[in-house]
Amino acid sequence: MASDKIITVDHLTKRFGVFTAVDAITFDVHKGEIFGFLGANGAGKTTAMRMLCGLSMPTSGKATVAGYDVYTQNEQIKKSIGYMSQKFSLYEDLTVKENMQLYGGIYGKSNAFIKEKTAFILEHLHLQDEANKLVGSLPLGWKQKLAFSVAIFHEPEIVFLDEPTGGVDPVTRREFWNMIYQAADNGITIFVTTHYMDEAEYCNRVSIMVDGKVEALDTPAMLKQQYQSATMDDVFLKLARKATRSGD
Amino acid sequence: MKPQQHTQAKQKNGAARRQFFSFVKKELLHIWRDKRTLFILLGMPVVQIIIFGFALTNEVKNSKIAVLDQSKDAATASLIAELNASRYFDVEANLTSYKEIEAAFKKGKIKLAVLLPSQFAEDLKHVNKASVQLIADASDPNVANTLTNYATAVIMDYQDRITNKQRLPYSINVETRMLYNPQLKGAYNFVPGVMAMVLLLVCTMMTAITIVREKEMGTMEIMLVSPMRPQMVVIAKAVPYFLLSSINIASILLLSVFALEVPINGSLLLLVTESLLFTLVSLSLGLLISSAAASQQVAMFISLVALFLPTVMLSGFMFPIENMPFPLRMISNIVPAKWFYIIVRSVMIKGVGLAAVWKETLILTGMLLFFLTVAIKRFKIRLQ
Repeated sequence: MASDKIITVDHLTKRFGVFTAVDAITFDVHKGEIFGFLGANGAGKTTAMRMLCGLSMPTSGKATVAGYDVYTQNEQIKKSIGYMSQKFSLYEDLTVKENMQLYGGIYGKSNAFIKEKTAFILEHLHLQDEANKLVGSLPLGWKQKLAFSVAIFHEPEIVFLDEPTGGVDPVTRREFWNMIYQAADNGITIFVTTHYMDEAEYCNRVSIMVDGKVEALDTPAMLKQQYQSATMDDVFLKLARKATRSGD
Repeated sequence: MKPQQHTQAKQKNGAARRQFFSFVKKELLHIWRDKRTLFILLGMPVVQIIIFGFALTNEVKNSKIAVLDQSKDAATASLIAELNASRYFDVEANLTSYKEIEAAFKKGKIKLAVLLPSQFAEDLKHVNKASVQLIADASDPNVANTLTNYATAVIMDYQDRITNKQRLPYSINVETRMLYNPQLKGAYNFVPGVMAMVLLLVCTMMTAITIVREKEMGTMEIMLVSPMRPQMVVIAKAVPYFLLSSINIASILLLSVFALEVPINGSLLLLVTESLLFTLVSLSLGLLISSAAASQQVAMFISLVALFLPTVMLSGFMFPIENMPFPLRMISNIVPAKWFYIIVRSVMIKGVGLAAVWKETLILTGMLLFFLTVAIKRFKIRLQ
């Protein structure tokens, strides 16, 4: 089932001077999976994610994303992935439509594709009336959903979500996760970091990073069984307490 | 396989072009939506030219002077009339005694007193030698200097006329010509200066701020994860400010030619090309600052303190570099505006060609390449 793996990571390491931010992590992500990537602040998950996105060069180890090598095939990787960061990633002084045109444009999509896709997303999110409003005037929940739609605008194989639901109310978070499920149903692989342990339960598989290493990796049910905990929250606390590094 | 490769390359080019233009369009929208900043960017050169042109002039016009005429003959009368008629002076008071001179100065009404001793006309005719004393208020040394120069010039003019009538056997005639700027207009001096200042402000500060803003907002990361090449992001960011600067160059030149009557003596093409070169230098400096600054405030602070002040102080626009102490003269060499200022003055006012300013052009080109290389290098390092 090697072809099923869309991300392969083998002893991937990143050092900044004497500090080893990511310490020889190894894992695979399967196609169409919702992969939760957890860890306390400073555990190294952002650094690991940046390496997979082609934003940061690994110090050693191997990794492929969508079949492309992170050392040499950066450009192909960037075309195959979508990305949404914890900071809000749309331009507030551009309208909803203009934001979509921009993202379609920088991924090199044709005008016809952009037009069709924009209409589709607007209808899907019931935002037709807001198409020409500035993004800055929309409520945060809508912005977040819009940001996700824009991150998968160019129909990537994988989308990386870096704490996508920070500062959003529970109802919107729920709606947001419905969108994630929908995207996964359409065959997009989801790689998501989060601090909310209830969200970890929504993932197919979860990895937990402690001090730059992947300490645990399994389905939420198996993890709870393995660590004899009732909730993912307990699992996480049991693992995170072992950390010697302090978060930032 | 070859034709297929060809179409692939074509598609790649098409995609790259779309990326680039989408990004430029987005930048233009940012500027367009921020009407207040746009207004400042386009209005600033106009306001500066007007302020420097009509308010902050160091030319002397209609200065008030006092005359103490102890001779009261035909010669003094016509000399005083001549002074009064020139556009530099207005005779404010006719004094009657020495004592009144100091009083008049202390009142602050007059800047210059002209003393004509008794028997002025007699001396002129019979001894062939008469003297005039000029007393200036030197609390402002520059103005005092200018006024005595102007007054001397008017008196010399007068003398020329009467000596011509008398046909002296011989005389040494000192003839002064103010080359390139016969009317000694201040505008000749500040138009190049304002141009350097405006271009620096628009290009350097605005580019630096806009890039740092994206870093702060987290949108820069999104751009870097996209297939768009980092260099292309940087260039696309600079394009709108290059366009804005072109508009500013045009408005400054139009205003100086039509409102301030400063002629463009040299080649307009060369002048515009040099201005665009300086624009590029400023843009690359902005990129360099943006790679060093972590916040918009820092970017603004560096632009203002490290660039704007030296530009005003050390480019030769406000203070002559020749008079500066050696260390400052050395520092002035690394101020790009100094070289641009020399170029603009030479091309615009003196009307010389590229042959006369090739050295300065070369220095600016070198600076452009240096700043750009360092900026792009630093930009790449940040990605690692």
